Amino acid sequence: MIYRETGQFKTSYAADQQIFPIRQDRVGIGILLAVAFLVVPAVAGNYWFNAILIPFLIFSLAALGLNILTGYAGQLSLGSAAFMAVGAYAAYNFQVRVEGMPVLLSFVLAGLTAAGVGILFGLPSLRIKGFYLAVATLAAQFFIVWCLTKFPYLSNNSSSGVISVPGVEILGFKFDTPASRYLLVLSIVVALALLAKNMVRSSTGRAWMAVRDMDVAAEVIGIRLMRTKLLAFAVSSFYCGVAGALYAFCYLGSVEPDGFSLDLSFKILFMIIVGGVGSIMGSFLGAAFILLLPIFLDISLPALAGLLGLPFDGATVSHIQLMVFGALIMFFLIVEPHGLARLWQIGKEKLRLWPFPH
Amino acid sequence: MIKQFKQLAIASSVAAACLGAAIPAAQAAEEQFFMLPSYRVGPYGANGQSFYGGFIDYLSYVNQKGGIDGVQITWEECETEYNNAKGVECYERMKSKAQKAPGPIHTMSTGISYALVDKAAADKLPLAMMGYGLTSAVDGSVFPWAFPLVTTYQMQASAIIKFLKDKNAGSLAGKKIVYLYHDSAYGKEPILALEAESRLNKFDLVQIPVAHPGNEQGAQWQRIRQEKPDYVIMWGWGVMNMTAIKTAQKMGFPRDRMIGSWWAGSEEDTVPAGDAAKGYMSATWNVAGKDVPLIADIEKTVYGAGKGNLKDTSKLGTILYNRGVSAAVLSVEAIRAAQAKHGKGKAMNGEQVRWGLENLNITEARLKQIGATGLLPDVKTSCDNHEGSGKVKLQQWDGAKWVVLTDWIEGNKQLIHPLFQADAAKFAKEKGITPRNCAAEAKK
Repeated sequence: MIYRETGQFKTSYAADQQIFPIRQDRVGIGILLAVAFLVVPAVAGNYWFNAILIPFLIFSLAALGLNILTGYAGQLSLGSAAFMAVGAYAAYNFQVRVEGMPVLLSFVLAGLTAAGVGILFGLPSLRIKGFYLAVATLAAQFFIVWCLTKFPYLSNNSSSGVISVPGVEILGFKFDTPASRYLLVLSIVVALALLAKNMVRSSTGRAWMAVRDMDVAAEVIGIRLMRTKLLAFAVSSFYCGVAGALYAFCYLGSVEPDGFSLDLSFKILFMIIVGGVGSIMGSFLGAAFILLLPIFLDISLPALAGLLGLPFDGATVSHIQLMVFGALIMFFLIVEPHGLARLWQIGKEKLRLWPFPH
Repeated sequence: MIKQFKQLAIASSVAAACLGAAIPAAQAAEEQFFMLPSYRVGPYGANGQSFYGGFIDYLSYVNQKGGIDGVQITWEECETEYNNAKGVECYERMKSKAQKAPGPIHTMSTGISYALVDKAAADKLPLAMMGYGLTSAVDGSVFPWAFPLVTTYQMQASAIIKFLKDKNAGSLAGKKIVYLYHDSAYGKEPILALEAESRLNKFDLVQIPVAHPGNEQGAQWQRIRQEKPDYVIMWGWGVMNMTAIKTAQKMGFPRDRMIGSWWAGSEEDTVPAGDAAKGYMSATWNVAGKDVPLIADIEKTVYGAGKGNLKDTSKLGTILYNRGVSAAVLSVEAIRAAQAKHGKGKAMNGEQVRWGLENLNITEARLKQIGATGLLPDVKTSCDNHEGSGKVKLQQWDGAKWVVLTDWIEGNKQLIHPLFQADAAKFAKEKGITPRNCAAEAKK
């Protein structure tokens, strides 16, 4: 009843091609952004910013990067964490070594560095596909972490290999409160998500999808495989690199190569699998699910145990949390193999018919 | 009038409740809150169980003895799984509770403490890193809120070298020492110190890294066999330690020429290695065993009352359990020191606890009073020395228990401390921190 496009006529190509052709969607996204930019900073506490919202946004960005590569261009990758590491270390080096380097510029340069490394490790994709490619990107994962540990230059000769990043300052404004850092991360993520959404709707995105669905057919209709695949690697790594830089500068404040382990790559991969492969929205839903559910369980389980009078200690709660988390992932994958984004879509379609489904 | 009556009613009912529970009413008011970002599951869960078990047991013990001059201790645990991001989440979750009257924060993880150094300083919460963490925080002028108490990796490495030197009639010239280390922040910290020692004492230093987690060390030990070193100094953690000890046995390297760091010298490392571990040595800043009066008393008082934290009581008196107790002793002593200055019987805020940590003076006499003689070295901190001791003992595994070989050995402070200051100065420059003037503060 409320979600129906009846009466919304499109009289121009521009109107037909906009990102959200339905007015209710436009209003919805407008409200969402208004809440994120205006209401959240006013009401959320430090815990929400530092432990929930900022990591959620950063991992959404990384998942978005991987989704471009895996979901849209069909190239399976297990190196996302490594590209994040490249971004984090590159941004750090640009900041520390170049006097007066603007932070935003160093984030962009970090993304570009990661893109360069991504292209390098994307080269095998020209010859191999599927699981074999996943193994090749696994090499990136191990090589980059090894490289960052091995060469002290990359961590500015820190005796421990851990880098501790300088504060973020743009045009004299210090981003030292959690709320300001949240707004910075949010702005960057929104801008990049918008860019990604437009990219996948453009000829570039269509070329990616053609390659994903059948690369021989794509080549026959005139899509240059090498360029398309490497572009997907570059764009994906750029996103992961920026996410890595934000991870170091706006979230943890200090990072070590070991933090960007294969576990993190898997985590990002699970985000897009649970959220929805080949969906911008899915990256956000997946990141929310994978990141926030464990925290939610961690907080609610002891309370629940207390209520039921069960003698749970911290370790038991952690074990139960892992079990519940695993069970929920399986449940969602069985109920909806296409991820949470597909559930959302089904929900919207049902809503269009509601309350008269016939 | 009605309000007054209400207050009276509440006061009398509280008093009645307290009388009933046989707890003096005055104590309930003041509380000191310890946030414990602990880990009991994950790859290092076994280590965390012992350490935090000991820590909590001592806090319960202090509470049973009437608290810190009447101030009761409360605490809350949050599972970090030794994971940095989770550690930060735990810290943020518990931070608001700790704001009023915090105890020093112990993460027992180098990675998490690195991530918390800036945050804790911004939130004015004291961060303790006993025997791990950001070692350049020894320089309190740059790191007012971080305390690598008792001793650091660098001083430990230096003390081990001193021990070896004494063993070799005062000279290591021409000897070859392999440094086998966990390839992470933890393993890399002592390298600068060892290099400095090798220049000073003219021994050959060969560095061999082991990738995390270190459960496969065939290649590294092949190399050690080729190098034929006189000693192997090992900075291992978790599964790496027992693998190293077992591989050494397989390769025929005598274990009594292997010396581990204090994170490579607990029962969790030697017992699983079985026979191979006999003769293996390690440094430690706290001794094992239940013959320390304090540990025996904790067993009697806390476990006697059924309030013990450990489920597996065989861990009582192990190295890591005693280390947890030692860490808690220092934290409580810091709060006592703060109370002595700012008012006895009151809960201390972050700034006051920080002052207490910076002005610790735990003498042998004080340790005796607590019943902790020999458990840990004497500690005296100041603005420019957040370490406070720099002493370790060497111990050897006899196949069933750790036997202490030496008295406290102090590392070469003149050689090592300038390294910390240089590192801290670099950190201050990168971050744009203006260091405090310790000399001027001392005069005040």
